[in-house]
Amino acid sequence: MEEKNLICINCPMGCMLTVAMEGSEIISVAGNTCRRGDSYARKELTNPTRIVTTTVKVSGGRESMVSVKTKEDIPKGKVLECVRELKDVVAAAPVRIGDVILEDAAKTGVNIVATKNVEAK
Amino acid sequence: MIDSTWADIVIIGGGPAGLAAAVAAKKNGAGRILILERDRELGGILNQCIHNGFGLHTFKEELTGPEYAERFIRQVLELDIEYKLNTMVMEISRDKAVTAMNREEGLFEIRARAVILAMGCRERPRGALNIPGFRPAGIFSAGTAQRLVNMEGYLPGREVVILGSGDIGLIMARRMTLEGAKVKVVAELMPYSGGLKRNIVQCLDDYGIPLKLSHTVIDIKGKERLEGITLAEVDGRGKPIPGTEEFYSCDTLLLSVGLIPENELSGGMGVELNPVTSGPRVNESLETSIEGVFACGNVLHVHDLVDFVSEEAAAAGRNAAAYVREAREEEDREAKKRIRLTAGTGVRYTVPETVSVSRMDEHLTVRFRVGGVYKNCYVSVCFDSEKISRRRKTVVAPGEMEEIVLTKEQLEKYPDLEEINVRIEEA
Repeated sequence: MEEKNLICINCPMGCMLTVAMEGSEIISVAGNTCRRGDSYARKELTNPTRIVTTTVKVSGGRESMVSVKTKEDIPKGKVLECVRELKDVVAAAPVRIGDVILEDAAKTGVNIVATKNVEAK
Repeated sequence: MIDSTWADIVIIGGGPAGLAAAVAAKKNGAGRILILERDRELGGILNQCIHNGFGLHTFKEELTGPEYAERFIRQVLELDIEYKLNTMVMEISRDKAVTAMNREEGLFEIRARAVILAMGCRERPRGALNIPGFRPAGIFSAGTAQRLVNMEGYLPGREVVILGSGDIGLIMARRMTLEGAKVKVVAELMPYSGGLKRNIVQCLDDYGIPLKLSHTVIDIKGKERLEGITLAEVDGRGKPIPGTEEFYSCDTLLLSVGLIPENELSGGMGVELNPVTSGPRVNESLETSIEGVFACGNVLHVHDLVDFVSEEAAAAGRNAAAYVREAREEEDREAKKRIRLTAGTGVRYTVPETVSVSRMDEHLTVRFRVGGVYKNCYVSVCFDSEKISRRRKTVVAPGEMEEIVLTKEQLEKYPDLEEINVRIEEA
């Protein structure tokens, strides 16, 4: 049996997880203080994912930029492709929290949504 | 001409602390509440913290900074709480006259029955570090760079070195990378990181950015624009070790070297400050040394998690509302016996610093930071000479705030208690 140490990144508590593995199979997860820690460890060792947060330009708004995120987490390997796709995207004001800014980012099936309200000028 | 008006509670700052304090004060019956905010919008620092991870404790979901702020801003609007933007508070007098100014009204004064200090904190600047070398363009505090990138849409530079491993520096390492810059290294003077573990994993490790502990910048090259910096390893006393110098070419140096509560206004009005936190000394009600003046959030002590700021600020808001409602008498205050909360071995400070059992809620959260990294240790609580509790911790570090919870029931069993001491004991 093999032991792997991970730090849970779900919240700023940063629990130190110890994962017991048998080959590629996860036997147990310890050190977590909530359920998220358990599922994070299982995912991180099989299919690591991240929520991506960045900004896109706004046209006709009171602010020049609006913050956005992937609605759900996407595979870690797709993060840079995702931000590259957003490079030339411009959102037209007004923008409301939750508005879809780009569909199916980096072919992950996950939408990019606004995380801030920007009023029209 | 100075226009004089009044409010039950004036809140200085419309960031996470001010918003949560306002909402709680209103819900607890306070009449006229006024938030004074210097920026062009409510939300404070959350507006530039576009990354996720906020709100797991408060809302049981993972939000970005602007989303978290919006939850509170919406409540402020729904509760019809008044606020003024682009308004700078110049001075607060000991008897709670708040002098402020903005472009529409000029200079004006507001008389408050209670004041909540919620001004947040500032970044330590380059000047506080004594880095030798020229003063070229391209040296920013991490938070300034964060605002430029996330709110104004500017990229401060292409080749970046970050000094200090505070959370904003770590977050900016990832952010600059996603925007196409090359972050070459993060250097930290201390032998441990000043930021949260999760940020090292998801901001540095994910992108292969090296973290050099026990390293600092010893020279800055470039006259008009930054051309590069020299890093060196430091010994146990923080002195550079000759022969370990390494040159990095870069056009940008970000400084993430600590935050300092912004207490010019508090100091000016005569609020007693704690030299360790640089924030006001407070009692269990988060009331400062001046009656009816409360403090919460990063102006009180620098937090790691906005969730805890909101929780603390809500307590300050409730207590300010109670203060206005009860119009507490001075002799009543003096008659109450106060227990001192003290920082023992390994603990740098506690917030609050005194407790009145009759005034406290059923539970009182005492927050503190440790002075170094301790592994397999105990957080011990002593009531005078008696050890009351001992909680085992795998690791505690200065970058992560700790807490203990005292209960009223427990304290009522010790009527003669004078001191509660919190300390770290090594196993």
